[in-house]
Amino acid sequence: MTDTLSMLKNNSSGHSVDTPTISMIGTRAMLFEAPGAFTLANQRRIWALMDACAERADIEEVMPGVTNLMLIFSVPPENPEAVASWLRKAWETLPEKHIKGRLFEVGVRYGGELGGDLPRVAEHCGMSAQDVITLHQAPLYTVCALGSVPGFGYLHGLDPRLATPRKSVPSLKMLAGTVTIGGPQAGISALTGPNGWNSIGFTDLVMFDPERDPPALFAVGDQIRFYAESIEV
Amino acid sequence: MITVLETGVLNSVQDAGRFGYRHLGVSSSGVMDLLALRCGNALLENAPDAACIEVQTFPFKVCFDKPLSFVVTGGEGTLTLGERKILPWSIVSAQEGDILTIDHPTIGARMYLCVCGGIDVPEVLGSRSTQLRGGFGGYHGRSLQQGDQLAGAGGCVADGFGVLPPSLVLNGACKAEKEKTVTLRAIPATDYFLFTEEARRHFWSASWQITAQSNRLGYRLKGGALHLQHPVELRSYGVIPGLIQVPPAGEPIVQMADANTAGGYPRIATVIEADLWRLAQARIGSYIQLQQCDQTEGLQAMRDVDSYLNDICNTSALYRKSLIRRDTGKAGKKS
Repeated sequence: MTDTLSMLKNNSSGHSVDTPTISMIGTRAMLFEAPGAFTLANQRRIWALMDACAERADIEEVMPGVTNLMLIFSVPPENPEAVASWLRKAWETLPEKHIKGRLFEVGVRYGGELGGDLPRVAEHCGMSAQDVITLHQAPLYTVCALGSVPGFGYLHGLDPRLATPRKSVPSLKMLAGTVTIGGPQAGISALTGPNGWNSIGFTDLVMFDPERDPPALFAVGDQIRFYAESIEV
Repeated sequence: MITVLETGVLNSVQDAGRFGYRHLGVSSSGVMDLLALRCGNALLENAPDAACIEVQTFPFKVCFDKPLSFVVTGGEGTLTLGERKILPWSIVSAQEGDILTIDHPTIGARMYLCVCGGIDVPEVLGSRSTQLRGGFGGYHGRSLQQGDQLAGAGGCVADGFGVLPPSLVLNGACKAEKEKTVTLRAIPATDYFLFTEEARRHFWSASWQITAQSNRLGYRLKGGALHLQHPVELRSYGVIPGLIQVPPAGEPIVQMADANTAGGYPRIATVIEADLWRLAQARIGSYIQLQQCDQTEGLQAMRDVDSYLNDICNTSALYRKSLIRRDTGKAGKKS
């Protein structure tokens, strides 16, 4: 019973500083978590690892997360440690994978009813609503991974000054297309439903359509720039 | 056609799940009790992942407009075809105009209506499962309503035989289970050691009650709070059914078939694949006990499930062969 347990996190902080954390999620899935900060460089190494894993015959699905990677095996491994050491080696030796993604210019109707948390974000960040909008439009965001619900992109690039805690009482029916901030992350909601992130605006983009090929609008590596279609503060 | 005459909410068309789109945020969906689907499909000689109707609210009543063989698996309870009581886990053939009523099970929580050839709805992203939140797949992307008409892809096969349900055949973690408590085996997950020693002890020793806030997305458990040694802020990571996460309030959630594909709560353990069907059949208000196991035990448990399924396939093939021989014999006497 010890060989799988030895692979779990054993320090008390969430993220290891220098070595990856590799753990089994049940018998069929394995999770690789990169050490260090949430940087594009680290995310690019995850993408490289993702490609290497996709080549393996014993792996059925690979799912990148935010500086981590989940592997789902076609045949669950008898000896997970053997896969783990292969992963560690690959992590140390693979070069970063740079993806030349597409650039999406996303028009946002900031504020108003559909961006109703803009005043809350402004107050939390100690700046005006206009400053929030300006800072939100400034960076070039990168889609690190898709997940949670169909088509939702985890974006890298939010200005840390805009980090705003998720709401303790989620909105019950936030519309798909709502432009949001949740903690240190920026996003565009992909499904209408309950959502704890702060809404600051709205876009008409359809993030996911099962009839479309590919069904998700964004792909890993794509870049996004927000611009204001209208502002209502 | 199979016409839905009566249904509760949240009964839907499901198959073995939607795979290959997890990296786009598309959860697996599929039946909650995969073993029940596989048994039904094995008996009917369907493809292992053929679609069925998952019934989780009762009574559920359908009318067949042409002869069709079917099997109802999952739990046990009263099934009526026309005036006749029929057995679950057995092949039955409906005649034109027959009405099947599936009442609330006496054992288990979910029943599966598997039909010869499978339920014929269009494949969306490689699966016939209903993605309820995304509103696609299955029957027009939604749960079933009165008046819906579904097609079965097959006709009739030899009937009149069945199998012992897995709850009677497969040994669980614990042979003599307490009444209303099901024991599930689980493997410690990523953040296991970030929980206090007391939390870890409590996790394995407590009787966890399945609360009313439990559904196809996940089961919320009640039975005490599990605390971390220090709060952690995790980056979003991949989630699969069976994973047990602990939100800040401390009461665990077991992720199920419709779980989001990514999450950010600390992970304490994962219910092994071989025991997920037991959880799918555990009712709201009942209790679960978690028992620690490792990869080797988890794989052995899965081998037991696979061999149970193999036996069903072999036995039904043998039974069919013997029927053919008997029929040939009769034909010989006549001539």
